[in-house]
Amino acid sequence: MGDLTATPKSCLMNRMRLSVETTIESDAIAVERTLAGDRDAFRILVERHSRNVYRLAYRMTGNQQDAEEVVQEAFLRAYQKLSQFASRANFGTWVYRIAANYAIDRMRKRKSEDSNRALPARETEDGAEMDLMSMVPDGAPSPERLAQSGQLAVQMRRALRELTPAERTAFVMRHWGGSGIEEIADALDSSASAAKNTVFRSVQKLRKALEPFVEQRGQARAMGTEL
Amino acid sequence: MKHPKEEELIAYHDGDAAGREMIATHVRDCPECQVELARIDALLAALNTIPVPEPGEDYGQRVWQQIAPRLPEKRAHWWDFLFSEPKTVPWFAPRRGVAAGAIAALVLAAFIAGRLSKPNGPDAPIAVDTSKVRERILVMAVGEHLGRSEMVLVELANSGPQIPGQKQVNISGEQRRAEDLLEENRLYRQTALEQGDSALAGVLDELERVLLDVAHSPQQVTPVQLEGIRQRIEARGILFKVRVVGKELQERGESGRTPTQPSSSAKNERNKV
Repeated sequence: MGDLTATPKSCLMNRMRLSVETTIESDAIAVERTLAGDRDAFRILVERHSRNVYRLAYRMTGNQQDAEEVVQEAFLRAYQKLSQFASRANFGTWVYRIAANYAIDRMRKRKSEDSNRALPARETEDGAEMDLMSMVPDGAPSPERLAQSGQLAVQMRRALRELTPAERTAFVMRHWGGSGIEEIADALDSSASAAKNTVFRSVQKLRKALEPFVEQRGQARAMGTEL
Repeated sequence: MKHPKEEELIAYHDGDAAGREMIATHVRDCPECQVELARIDALLAALNTIPVPEPGEDYGQRVWQQIAPRLPEKRAHWWDFLFSEPKTVPWFAPRRGVAAGAIAALVLAAFIAGRLSKPNGPDAPIAVDTSKVRERILVMAVGEHLGRSEMVLVELANSGPQIPGQKQVNISGEQRRAEDLLEENRLYRQTALEQGDSALAGVLDELERVLLDVAHSPQQVTPVQLEGIRQRIEARGILFKVRVVGKELQERGESGRTPTQPSSSAKNERNKV
């Protein structure tokens, strides 16, 4: 080891600049240290990625309490499976996928429990799951009223709830998480072509349910009558 | 070319359709498909406006507090009891309390004394084994401490406003970890100093000033204040020194060298740091 105090300051600063880690590299160090038995290092990963995972979980589950449970479970699972994590991969993406997997399991389980308690499960013509929420009488205000009162968000949440868990997961990962088809296929435990189909089906359903409202809002905006 | 299917247009909108160029050419010349594409875009843009409740700046810390007691141990070594808090204390509290730190300091003293002593007489082989064990424990403890310190410094070096124009940056996580590390650092520094390992004590002293600086900063700092902290870290070159010493300790921990082996000159090398 050389005499570092004698090293010119500019040289040290250059070394500092060179040695500044990117977030991914810093994650890799934290993963390595966690695997070596230092649980404090895992804390860094949790603190760094929780909010991002929360956003995914909230969009998938549609409520805060479930989203928080998904986040906790995702990090617990990540900790348990950390030895399976390839150090060159991105920890953020990895834990995101674990959260998506857990959220989808949870939604399916809940749906199954609900259907056991209430009505028998139904399937659509192509064999896809059908959310029981879609069978509940709508009772929604008219499109005009919705558009004019600016409650499009309520209608959008409703439309998202009406997607099957797989469709919701695919949609959230693709359009909000920026995930690739392979990643979605992995989360859904399906082939890439099936995942692609699920993404398409989700957008198609959302279009059917929401386009009238979106267009009305567009027209109201154009006329300057949106409230 | 006939109109692309709806799924092809959606995939095109998402940026991953096969035959992108053909679809692009078609859309450019087809008002009908332009309208269709604009509808898809409007729908997805509208969906982007669904608000997600903000969980709060300290959300990550809260998640940690909730899951920490549920995390299973990754490894359990016989010396772990020296360095962990009793089970009744939430483990996210400062990891090494005064008692554990004092024990660690005593072991460090024994370790340094062991390094300086020369084996002689019939009991020598046993003495060498003991010092080897002590060395490994201490090397691991100080190495871990430096590793955690390094992570805090790296975090600070990488932190900054997440949105352009953001006026405050939250460094409460780094600040709290710096506080946790301070107490431990003092014990290691004092013991190293008492035992004459001035190089290690010197690096720990510099590290302590930086940790103190971070621990005493406000939880929310302006980008200018953050830059000031960064510049002070940089001016000391502490991150680099911590890495060098930490790496050396790690290598020694892995190789299990004893004080009697030639590599014991590492201390003299470190004295130059």
